[in-house]
Amino acid sequence: MIKKVFMRLIYFVKNDVRYFFKKINSMFRNKIDQYQRAKLQLEDAKIQIDPELERKIDNKELPILSLKNVTITFGSGKKVFKAVDDVSLDIYKGETFSLVGESGSGKTTIGKAIVRINPLTSGEIIYKGRRISGKLSKYEDRFVIRNIQMIFQDPAASLNERATIDYIVSEGIYNFKLYENEKERVRKTEEALISVGLLPEHLTRYPHEFSGGQRQRIGIARSIIMEPQFIVADEPISALDVSIRAQVLNLLKKFQIERGITYLFIAHDLSVVRFISDRIGVIYKGKIVELAESEELFSYPLHPYTISLMSAIPIPDPILEKNKKLIVYDPSIHDYSEEKPRLREIRKGHFILANSKEFIEYQKKLESINTNQA
Amino acid sequence: MDKERKVVLSLKNLEVKFNVRARILRAIRNVSLDIYEGQSIAIVGESGSGKSVLTKTFTGMLEENGRITNGEIWFEGQDLAKLQTNKEWQSIRGNKIATVFQDPMTSLNPIKTIGSQISEVIMLHQGKSPSEAKEIAINLIKRVGIANAQKRFYDYPFQYSGGMRQRIVIAIALACLPKILVCDEPTTALDVTIQAQIIDLIKDLQKEYGFTTIYITHDLGVVANVADTVAVMYAGQIVEIGTVEEIFYNPKHPYTWALLSSMPQLSERGTELYTIHGTPPSLYNEVKGDAFAPRNPYAMKIDFVEEPPFFKVSETHYAKTWLLDPRAPKVEPPKAIQNLHKKLSSKLGVNDR
Ligand SMILES: Nc1ncnc2c1ncn2[C@@H]1O[C@H](COP(=O)(O)OP(=O)(O)OP(=O)(O)O)[C@@H](O)[C@H]1O
Ligand SMILES: Nc1ncnc2c1ncn2[C@@H]1O[C@H](COP(=O)(O)OP(=O)(O)OP(=O)(O)O)[C@@H](O)[C@H]1O
Ligand SMILES: [Mg+2]
Ligand SMILES: [Mg+2]
Repeated sequence: MIKKVFMRLIYFVKNDVRYFFKKINSMFRNKIDQYQRAKLQLEDAKIQIDPELERKIDNKELPILSLKNVTITFGSGKKVFKAVDDVSLDIYKGETFSLVGESGSGKTTIGKAIVRINPLTSGEIIYKGRRISGKLSKYEDRFVIRNIQMIFQDPAASLNERATIDYIVSEGIYNFKLYENEKERVRKTEEALISVGLLPEHLTRYPHEFSGGQRQRIGIARSIIMEPQFIVADEPISALDVSIRAQVLNLLKKFQIERGITYLFIAHDLSVVRFISDRIGVIYKGKIVELAESEELFSYPLHPYTISLMSAIPIPDPILEKNKKLIVYDPSIHDYSEEKPRLREIRKGHFILANSKEFIEYQKKLESINTNQA
Repeated sequence: MDKERKVVLSLKNLEVKFNVRARILRAIRNVSLDIYEGQSIAIVGESGSGKSVLTKTFTGMLEENGRITNGEIWFEGQDLAKLQTNKEWQSIRGNKIATVFQDPMTSLNPIKTIGSQISEVIMLHQGKSPSEAKEIAINLIKRVGIANAQKRFYDYPFQYSGGMRQRIVIAIALACLPKILVCDEPTTALDVTIQAQIIDLIKDLQKEYGFTTIYITHDLGVVANVADTVAVMYAGQIVEIGTVEEIFYNPKHPYTWALLSSMPQLSERGTELYTIHGTPPSLYNEVKGDAFAPRNPYAMKIDFVEEPPFFKVSETHYAKTWLLDPRAPKVEPPKAIQNLHKKLSSKLGVNDR
């Protein structure tokens, strides 16, 4: 009996002590957090975007992000491999720009260059008038991370298997102290999780305890929690079932409308790309071969690679799909021995990689499609 | 099902549970399924519905915290549900039943060359010498559509793009000449052209070697292409199964209706995509009645009380919904998916040129 009471007492004391330490700990942590937060804010204030420039970007007079003659190579000496070959692109605020193209064409490499994982071999990347490629100071680097987030293609490989979902999702805001106190951190983390269709109860779980689609959504949650302005979404929906895919797409759209987020969207599912993109760039072996507004591209595909790509889109109908004819692209049809191709505008906003001879043929083709439809 | 055909794999009343920190998650709830020789079956269904776990039960890949708590898995006269040790699995896993996973990185060793990884499998499963294995490996690399196979043989996984890695994983799976090939999201990381090529490749090899394929995919276009049979899963159960035509043109289960309605091809630009309201039930709790009932606009009282049995629609078509009970009111599938073939033909007609 006495023993029992004694044990009880110990139990209470133990709990009290534990509670006490927890409290101190969290007070302490909050103080450190607040201090670091203030320091970071001070540094972040060093980056001022000219309001006039901001206005022009908001009005889509100027692009929010530009790639200027970006070339990225891997390897060295004789084994140099050009993954991205002189790509120039302008992406405007609030739009969804999609990159499509075959596997290995350099889409991910471009995305990773924007978030500064892949260094450029030549060319530059401009975000809100500032160069964000090449060497940057620490606070400039942070500016990029806070503004531009990437949702990675390989959901399992990009999640730390030993960390809890709580840690994984809040890592970014933790590193940059983007919260007032622990309570707000938890709130933000839970909100991010809920917004991708997961539950707060998932916070204590580990990545391997989730299905493929759930892991992909964890990847999305950890990006959006940073409230970035620009998101590189690399195949963000490929492992999702159609309904969650629709949820995630609606969600990305909602963020876009509410916060004016701009997306560089990388996806191979052209049926989705058609639906969500404002503009689409078709890339083949590191080069943009065609670029146009979404409906324009789907209605008037001109480059033979684009046509081949479209012929391969899976159709969710057994009869149509089983009778579908694939058109194979043969790059040897281009004769560039005399004149090299460049990206030319064939119709407002519709660009195509061609030399002068090809360009004339494409023009003829475009005319004939038009007269056929009239 | 065709009575003449031979069953290669038979799942009976299968149940799988996971231990998650002192809680029990019931991932597979009483699933029975016969898979036939040479069949090409697609398993579709919501994320987390148990597609991967179901196939892991017969590939011996269930994680350590998971176990088969009930049921049988018959394959070549053996009940795989009884296998315990890795050693017992060895003759089956990756040999007679091979898997291509959705995540290529998890199946490749990052510090070994691609070539050595394929050769190893060939030496192990086909008993070839290193030089023979190398030749076969290079051939396989070529067959999955990677140029410069001779040179690429010596590259490491990180030097390949996402899609190329996936093709290598397929090459490795094929190197074992399996009886059953499980493709878990085999082409999600691939662009449409390569995807079409890979699918054709798998179909060709299937014809050549006569193996059975089980596809897990979210892409209904891929399903339409590869599958002769489609099984629809929801919350750890198969809720509808039929030929691919029956599932697309005459679906019976409200979840299948919702799934088909979510296709982006059926939406208009600038509108919201169709989504299924609510979330699937937590598998930690006992599911009462029809698991889909809380999200089902056609749910009846009984759906919340009693689990529906399978109702027969045709010799090949079964659905687990009370709507097929003779006493149920007659309801039509949603407008969006009626006359699906006609709708898609006219909608996608622009691409025909
Ligand atoms: N770190 C690296 N070292 C060497 N080569 C690389 C590296 N990263 C990418 N590559 C090569 O660069 C090319 C482009 O790769 P990238 O990952 O950008 O392709 P992708 O267009 O994203 O393809 P996918 O659709 O398959 O993901 C590929 O040929 C790839 O092998
Ligand atoms: N090792 C594990 N521990 C705990 N729970 C698990 C484990 N593996 C899977 N689960 C759970 O089992 C359920 C079924 O998972 P499974 O991976 O089969 O889903 P899926 O249908 O393949 O989904 P997706 O389409 O997203 O890949 C999910 O709720 C998942 O969270
Ligand atoms: Mg990629
Ligand atoms: Mg899965």
